[in-house]
Amino acid sequence: MSGNDAALLEIEDLVTEFGGAKAFLGKPQRIVRAVDGVSLQLKPGQALGLVGESGCGKTTIAKTALGLVREKSGTMRLDGRVVSGLAPKEARRARATVQYVHQDPGAALDPWWSIGHALDETLRIHGISDKGERTTRIDEMLRAVGLDATFRTRYPHELSGGQQRRVGLARILVLRPRIVILDEPTSGLDLSVQATVLGVIDELRQRFGLTYLFVSHDLSVVERMCEEVAIMYLGRIVEIGPTKEIFARPQHPYTRALLAAAPRLEPGSLNDTPALPGDPPSPTNLVSGCTFRPRCAFAAPKCAEARPPLRSVGERHSAACVRLEETGADTPA
Amino acid sequence: MMLEKPAPVLEIRDLSVSVGTDEGEARILDNAGLALMPGSIHGVVGESGCGKSTLIRAILGILPKRGRATHGSIMLGERNLLGLPADTLQKDVRGRAIGFIPQDPFQALNPVFRVGTQLLETVRTPGDSKATRETKKAHVISLLKAVQLPDAEHALDRYPHQFSGGQRQRLLIAAALASAPGIILADEPTTALDVTTQLQILKLLRGLAIERGLSMIFVTHDFGVVAQLCDTVTVMYAGQTVESGPVAQVLKAPFHPYTQMLLACHPERAKELAGIPGAVPSPLRPPQGCRFNPRCPSARPACSAGQPPRVAPQPGHAVRCVLHLDEAAA
Repeated sequence: MSGNDAALLEIEDLVTEFGGAKAFLGKPQRIVRAVDGVSLQLKPGQALGLVGESGCGKTTIAKTALGLVREKSGTMRLDGRVVSGLAPKEARRARATVQYVHQDPGAALDPWWSIGHALDETLRIHGISDKGERTTRIDEMLRAVGLDATFRTRYPHELSGGQQRRVGLARILVLRPRIVILDEPTSGLDLSVQATVLGVIDELRQRFGLTYLFVSHDLSVVERMCEEVAIMYLGRIVEIGPTKEIFARPQHPYTRALLAAAPRLEPGSLNDTPALPGDPPSPTNLVSGCTFRPRCAFAAPKCAEARPPLRSVGERHSAACVRLEETGADTPA
Repeated sequence: MMLEKPAPVLEIRDLSVSVGTDEGEARILDNAGLALMPGSIHGVVGESGCGKSTLIRAILGILPKRGRATHGSIMLGERNLLGLPADTLQKDVRGRAIGFIPQDPFQALNPVFRVGTQLLETVRTPGDSKATRETKKAHVISLLKAVQLPDAEHALDRYPHQFSGGQRQRLLIAAALASAPGIILADEPTTALDVTTQLQILKLLRGLAIERGLSMIFVTHDFGVVAQLCDTVTVMYAGQTVESGPVAQVLKAPFHPYTQMLLACHPERAKELAGIPGAVPSPLRPPQGCRFNPRCPSARPACSAGQPPRVAPQPGHAVRCVLHLDEAAA
C-alpha cells in the first residue's frame, strides 16, 4: 500500500452517456447523460456512501467504475495507475480488484447450482486452478460471512434472504478484492435481518481491510455505515463530505430537502417538513444551469447561467450551489 | 372536550385466520386485535410474513381462496363484517364505506387502457347509482384536483406510463376516495417511492384525512414512516398483535420484548448491528402461546402456556406479554 493518504480509487470528471445509437435510416436515439462530470476519491479502508433517488446515476457510476459500462470521458486511477480509456474487456481486467455485490444476490445465484458449486465456479473463472486452494478459500469465506462449510451443499432456495446476501458477499470476497461496490446491500430486507447483514458487512471491512463504495437510498443506513457521503441529483454530485458533517450541517438545498424527508424515529414532524414540489425531471431534457433549480425554493436568475461547480464549504466538505450564502445554509439552527 | 371515550369506527377482536395449504392449515392470524378511532391514522407495523396484509384483506373480505376467519369479529360500527354475505360486502363495504390504496402503483393500473377508462369504470359516485358519464367525469376530475395531480383536466386521456410513480399513487388515492368512504386502508402505499416523493404522499394523506374526516389504517414495515404519519400504532409478530398504543409512547418506551429488540435493530438506534437471533416461525407449526417466546431473552414457562391476555400498563398503551401481567388489567 502506498502512503495512507493516497487515494486507492480516483475518479475525475467522469461522464457516462447512454443512447445516441443510430438505427438504419432512422434518427439517432436521444442521448442521456447518466453521469455528468463526477469526481470522487476512495481512500484505502474507507466507506463512501453514494446517495440519491432513483435515476440519479448512482448505479451507473458503480458500473462505470467496474468497467461494465464505458465512460464517455474522464479519468479513473486505481492505485495511481490510469485504468480509463480502455476497451471494455481490458478495462475490466485492469479493474479486477474492484468487485460488485449485486443488489439481489438471490436472483444472481443459479437455482440449479449448490452454493459450493457457484463459489467454485467464481474462483475457476478467475484462474485459481488448484482444487484444494479453492475449497479452503470457500470454507474460509463462508465462515467469515457467518455461515459454515455445510452451506456448500445447499441450494439458493433453501436459504433465507439474509443468508442469500451473505453468500453474495462470500462469492465476491473469495476473489480477494480491495474495493467492493455494494449496490443497495440491504434493500428488501426486514429490519432485524438488515441489522445482521450490516453487521457482517462492517466486520468484513475491518477484517480484510476492504474499501467500500456503498450505493444506497437509505439515509439512516449510510449514516451508520459510511464515514463519507456523496449526495447525487440527476447525474451530478451536489454535495460531498464527511457523513457526520453533512448530516449535521447539510448545505445544498437538495441535501437539506432529502434529509428532512427521510423518515426518522421521532414522531410528529410531518407538518413542519416542507415537501419538494414536483418530480425529478427526465434526464433527456434538462434545464440550463443548476438542474435542481425548477424544484428549489431558493432558485434565482443566476442559477440558470451555468452548472454550479462544487465549492468548499468546510474541511473536505463541498457543495454545488451558487446561492449558499443567500440560503442561510451556514447558520446553525 | 369529549367526556365519554369515543367508540372505534372499526374494531377487530380476537381475529384468527387460517389458510389451507398442501402441508396443512397455516394459522396466519392468531387472536389479532385492532381498534381504529375516528379521525385517527393507525399504523400497522411488522416484518414480512407477520400477517399485516392478511389483516387488511380480512377487513375487505378478500382472503385467499382457501383462507377463512376461524374466530373473532371485525366490527364496522354495529355490523360484523365477517357475517356479511359477499354481495353485501361488495355493495356496502368495499369501495363504499372503506376505500383501499394498494402497495404498488406500477402494478395496480393496466398499461393498455387510458387512466380515464380505468377510473370511470371502477368509480361509484356517492349517493347516485345512475350518474351519467359526464357527472362521473366531473367527479373524478374533482378528485384528481383534491389529490393535487398536475393538469387534472387532461389526466383522464393519458396512459399510466405517462405518469411518474408519485403521480400514479395519487391516481390510486383518488380512486380510493371516489365513493367518499369514512375509512381508508393503505397497504404500504409509499414503499416503492423515493423519500422526497414519499413525503409528498404522506403529507397529502395527512391533509386528506383532516379535510375529509377520514380514519385510516396504514400498513408499513418502516417505523420511520409510522413516526412521520401515524397517531397510534399496532406492532405485529408472526400473526399476533403484540403491542399497540400512541406512536410517541411505543417508539420511546416499548413494552413488548419484540418491539424493543426490533427498534434496537434500527440503524439510528442500534448499538451493535446484531439483529434478532433466530427466525420467524412457520405459520404451519407456530410455537404455543406467545409466538415470540422461542426468540425472547425474557421467556419463561408461562409464555408457552397460552397467549397472554392484553393488558394496558399505561392508558391506551397495551401489550400482550406475561412480563406486564401484574402491572395493570385491561
